[in-house]
Amino acid sequence: MATMPASASDLLKSFKLKTKQQELLIRVSILCLVYILAFITRLFSVLRYESMIHEFDPYFNYRTTLYLTENGFYDFWNWFDYESWYPLGRIVGGTLYPGLMVTAVLIYRILRFLRFAVHIREVCVLTAPFFASNTTLVAYFFGKEIWDSGAGLVAAILIAICPGYISRSVAGSYDNEGVAIFALLFTFYVFVKAVNTGSLAWSLASAFGYFYMVSAWGGYVFIINLIPLYVLVLLITGRYSMRLYVAYNCMYILGMLLAMQIRFVGFQHVQSGEHMAVMGVFFLMQVFYFLDWVKHMLSDTKLFQAFLRITVTCAVAVGGIALGLGMVSGYISPWTGRFYSLLDPTYAKDHIPIIASVSEHQPTAWSSFMFDFHILLFLFPAGLYFCFKRLSDATIFIVMYGLTSMYFAGVMVRLILVATPAVCLISAIAVSATVKNLTVLLRSKNKVVQTGSTKGSGGSKSSSKALLDQSQPFQKNGAIALLFGAFYLLSRYATHCTWVTSEAYSSPSIVLAARGAHGNRVIFDDYREAYFWLRQNTPQDAKVMSWWDYGYQITAMGNRTVIVDNNTWNNTHIATVGRAMSSYEDEAIEIIRSLDVDYVLVVFGGVTGYSSDDINKFLWMVRIGGGVFPVIKEPDYLVNGEYRVDKGAAPKMLNCLMYKLCYYRFGEMLTEYGKPPGYDRARGVEIGNKDVKLEHLEEAFTTSNWIVRIYRVKPPNNRCNIHGQSGTCNPQNLGVCLDLLGLVDVNLGNAPTKPCCSLIEGLVDLEGAVCLCTAVRANVLGIHINLSISLSLLLRNCERKVATEYICGP
Amino acid sequence: MGISRFVLLVFTISMLASPALSDLVLSKVDRRIYLTSHIVRISSTLEVENAGPETVSKVLLAFPDLQAQNLAYLMASPHEAKAKVKVSVVSFPIDVVKPEDMPPGVTFYSVSLPQGLTVGASFTFDVLAVFTHALRPMPEQIGQADIQLVLYQDSAYYLSPYVVKVQSLSLKLLDSRIESYTTLESTKVQGSEIKYGPYENLPAFSSSPITVHFENNLPFAIAQELVREIEISHWGNVLVTEHYKLIHGGAQSKGEFSRLEPQARENVQGPSAVRYLVAHLPPRAHSVYYRDAIGNISTSHLRGDSKKTELLIEPRYPMFGGWRTAFTIGYGLPLQDCLYESEGRRFLNITFSSPMIELVIDTLIVKVVLPEGSSDISAAAPFFMKQWQETKISHLDIVGRAVVVLEKTNLVPEHNQYFQVYYKFNRLSMLREPLMLISGIFFFFVACIVYMHADTSISKFSASYLAKQQWEEVRVAIQQVHNIICRCLATHDKLEASLRDLSRTGEVQACKAARKSTDGLLKELSKELKPLMTFLQSSPSAVQVLSKVEELVAKERELLEKLMAKHSTAVEAYEKKSGARDIENRIALQQQKITALRQEVDDLLEFIDEI
Repeated sequence: MATMPASASDLLKSFKLKTKQQELLIRVSILCLVYILAFITRLFSVLRYESMIHEFDPYFNYRTTLYLTENGFYDFWNWFDYESWYPLGRIVGGTLYPGLMVTAVLIYRILRFLRFAVHIREVCVLTAPFFASNTTLVAYFFGKEIWDSGAGLVAAILIAICPGYISRSVAGSYDNEGVAIFALLFTFYVFVKAVNTGSLAWSLASAFGYFYMVSAWGGYVFIINLIPLYVLVLLITGRYSMRLYVAYNCMYILGMLLAMQIRFVGFQHVQSGEHMAVMGVFFLMQVFYFLDWVKHMLSDTKLFQAFLRITVTCAVAVGGIALGLGMVSGYISPWTGRFYSLLDPTYAKDHIPIIASVSEHQPTAWSSFMFDFHILLFLFPAGLYFCFKRLSDATIFIVMYGLTSMYFAGVMVRLILVATPAVCLISAIAVSATVKNLTVLLRSKNKVVQTGSTKGSGGSKSSSKALLDQSQPFQKNGAIALLFGAFYLLSRYATHCTWVTSEAYSSPSIVLAARGAHGNRVIFDDYREAYFWLRQNTPQDAKVMSWWDYGYQITAMGNRTVIVDNNTWNNTHIATVGRAMSSYEDEAIEIIRSLDVDYVLVVFGGVTGYSSDDINKFLWMVRIGGGVFPVIKEPDYLVNGEYRVDKGAAPKMLNCLMYKLCYYRFGEMLTEYGKPPGYDRARGVEIGNKDVKLEHLEEAFTTSNWIVRIYRVKPPNNRCNIHGQSGTCNPQNLGVCLDLLGLVDVNLGNAPTKPCCSLIEGLVDLEGAVCLCTAVRANVLGIHINLSISLSLLLRNCERKVATEYICGP
Repeated sequence: MGISRFVLLVFTISMLASPALSDLVLSKVDRRIYLTSHIVRISSTLEVENAGPETVSKVLLAFPDLQAQNLAYLMASPHEAKAKVKVSVVSFPIDVVKPEDMPPGVTFYSVSLPQGLTVGASFTFDVLAVFTHALRPMPEQIGQADIQLVLYQDSAYYLSPYVVKVQSLSLKLLDSRIESYTTLESTKVQGSEIKYGPYENLPAFSSSPITVHFENNLPFAIAQELVREIEISHWGNVLVTEHYKLIHGGAQSKGEFSRLEPQARENVQGPSAVRYLVAHLPPRAHSVYYRDAIGNISTSHLRGDSKKTELLIEPRYPMFGGWRTAFTIGYGLPLQDCLYESEGRRFLNITFSSPMIELVIDTLIVKVVLPEGSSDISAAAPFFMKQWQETKISHLDIVGRAVVVLEKTNLVPEHNQYFQVYYKFNRLSMLREPLMLISGIFFFFVACIVYMHADTSISKFSASYLAKQQWEEVRVAIQQVHNIICRCLATHDKLEASLRDLSRTGEVQACKAARKSTDGLLKELSKELKPLMTFLQSSPSAVQVLSKVEELVAKERELLEKLMAKHSTAVEAYEKKSGARDIENRIALQQQKITALRQEVDDLLEFIDEI
């Protein structure tokens, strides 16, 4: 009887978790929560707006994904797209990174297989958050690898909500970066793991990670340059090891071979200057290995020194000559402009206006660093300090990753994204190490106090630890205060991240939202209004000319052919459009006709005060157009170097096509109370040319807030009108008569028969009747009937003398 | 074009007219044509008289072919003087017939009277005919600001295979401009109404074309295709999704578009444009949405009361003549509002056509998605239509759900009647999907557990594998050592406690007893410890940790000895009845050592725990 409770308590005890298991449980549950958090914090955009694809490039990705789901992989791989870059077209399969689309379709297929009847759009919208969640897991393991599991957990939490990453991975931001950051971090993690363990399996995994990255994003160039740089640093600092040798060689060879399978990348790994560093380091590794072996074989150090000198000189010389030959013969292509613009921030501005015209390619402002990183910016140096304090292969890697990516983040706004994982990891090391130190202090002291108190009146306060504590009187309080400080900072970080996510990064930019006068939310859905109008009310094969920003959206949402789009592969074509936009209408119409354009689309924010419209982008059109066609000169559009649209604007500016299309009939419009008509709210001025007349184009559609305006290109005027062709019977023109036939007999004399009569004016009386009959028989309008009576009436009405009994033959 | 053909046809018919074959006589025909929307409704009251020798049970209605093409709906019902309540009306069966010896170009419909008409008797009934596409815009193209004029053509005389004794016709127009109309004898215009007749004693198939040209700015909303999907979930919801392909069927828009003018002068512009559509959804409709291929459309209003839910939707852009749009609306209905049971079968009772008011539908496809596992399916509709069955695979389906598809062309709001789909469904099938989910998750966890416990290494004899296994064993052994030491420490605590009791109560015997019991316990524990230690000493993989473990055990021994010594001294002192201060002094030195040792043991334990 007495054993019962004892056994019960034993049972309970066996269920009670050991410290180790408790820790594991807590860790796993924190990771799960972080995983979920990373996902749901990115759903603000879905809640605020709807489940939709955002911005520009994602629309292309979405369109290609749709194509992939509908037509299968081989069609996708060989897809020639006629709907963009008219009349050139685009080889889509060979000019994109298919990783994102294939991933989305794979997820879609799996879900379908598991009988979840989801729409591909939902999959696309949620791909980025899903991969962001996976990235947090990778960040945890990475943190664990370079520091400890605590740092891993902190890194996972930091990266889950870091705005720098969220900006590119909110739901709907269906872009390459969404999966690429995961692939990047995964590759790095697995590579570091491979270096740490020297295991073939891990280096194989890193090769596959690299392959995935190559298939997903052009940013793989960063990996392929950072890793050799890292290896070089290890070699220089004398950290060469067999582990490094295995990891690097396996990763490089396999990764390169796999990467060549992506058509867009092709043989760049052996032919492009940007990929040469990795090859050079590969050969260097072989030299190192060889030297190591020789050193092992030779016992004489002097001999070895001599050998070393000769070998290194030879190797460098051979490498240099090979590179030089490759460059000269053109086998190895030189660095591209994009690569230069990364190394030198001013390069793009001078040489490639098309890159410089994109806002996300601008150098980063200090405020956006603060905006995207918040406290991480201060934790980053602290983390670097900790890393240097405990230098290992892994920490060297993260330090190098952090420093290089921070540099690139300073060069281009969008590359903050690449720096974010490194910043999070290094900051996590700082946070984790600090907190750990502080808690160790607190815990050890507590223990002493505890043991002291259990001794009761024993008065054992003279133990060595207690003595130590007493020597620093406020240590405990200090530690507590510091801990609170750290938690306060972290909570500020969390607040900031949530705020930034909800306010700044969750807007789809297709749908614009503003606060109305009464504080209510006003939605400007003009883009979709216009695109849907195009989709429904223009001919299937209509060609739309617009600035390249809107190309992807027009093809994806409007389903119409565009002249240029966001894949800016042909600068001349874009410059042609820029030239058309910045010419006078007469000159522009020549270009428009030569491009076979049916509709011209412009984006105009003058009514709503939407500032990223075509007028504000216009100078870039002039610059890009002028870059290819010297006829277009930027100074013509400026007044004393100033860009204006009001009365003081340059005459060329006031009469160019873009100005006319944007401000057509805007001069009559009252936009704001107390301002003159034609007051442009985006620029805050009254426009200079209110009497805009269009000759070759006519307004086809304008959205409700005037944000998108579409113009139809009028067909060229007929050389001479119908009267010139008198005396010929052209049944095709007589449709108008047939329409009237029903009327004539009813409203004798009242019917608007004039146009019809004028058509048969030049014909002899009987011929007129015959002609009409021919028209009837030719079935111009799809009818064939006995017309006897009405025909006679009609002819009589046109004052033609025809026998009343005239009847068309059968 | 259709109408010009119609006019000509009327001519042809009148020329070919032959004497009536039947003995029936229409003693009075009263026709009212409603031209108040883009749907033309002709409501006629016919008084039939049997002038022949036999009982007749069928009456023929004649429409010219061209009109019959546009005929969407035809209903005959007994005449009631003020019958405006249509619910109780019993309609007579109507069939298309092709009697012989009739002029070509005319389509006949035969109405079966409820009872045969005896000789000399007469009977009065109403016929409602609804036509679509019967109004033709004239001119066919108008500018954005112009008003829309339409043309309607018909015959002033009632086309019938019977002699008509007295007849009259009235056309009800919108209260607006009449551009022109045909004047015959006895034509009257009263406000927005044009009256023809009465005409008397006209032979069979007499006709006289009339044309009215008038202003009609009502939007000509035509759904070229409407696909309605009604999905039944026995968990309590009926989901209705409607995909519209809409066109403005009025006069084509021409010339330049202007956004300025409609905004500046609200009422003048684009009078015939489709700006919004109104749908009357059933009451208790919920989760209403309105979207199209590229996303949500944010311009809609919903208000509901107990009788209906009114949904007002605006297309993305105002639709001018000839413009198109496509969109989807969807809503949920409570299951109990539409699903009933009878004779062991369930049936869905729901409206057939679109809830939009005054919408013409060219092709309507209704798909009723029944839950997976339904059987014995049949559909009953109030009018003829094409029917077939499909399967659809939706969430968590294995074989797919049965779909009843109904297709009908040329529909008007009058078609919006209830129809039924009967099927058998076992209530237990409802549990299939939740069970599938539960078992799926269960198997996932089982797989996880199996993975964690399974040995997936390829070679069982490789050095690394063996080392790993040995290390596992060592870890287990160390864990046990750890446990034992922890228990030892617990017994130490017991000893301490007994000492404290002693100082409080002074009972030496109890203290001694405690000492004895702990002695026994500790001996057992050290016995348990021995084989573990020998194992650890022998195992090659334990080399790195062995020293620590041994140190731990040694320290623990030392601690125990010290503790015993302290205990003995304390007990002795009590037996000697020494003063409390004296005892404390004696113990103090030992106590210090014990505390230090305890600290070391704790540290070691922590270290071993980390392994």
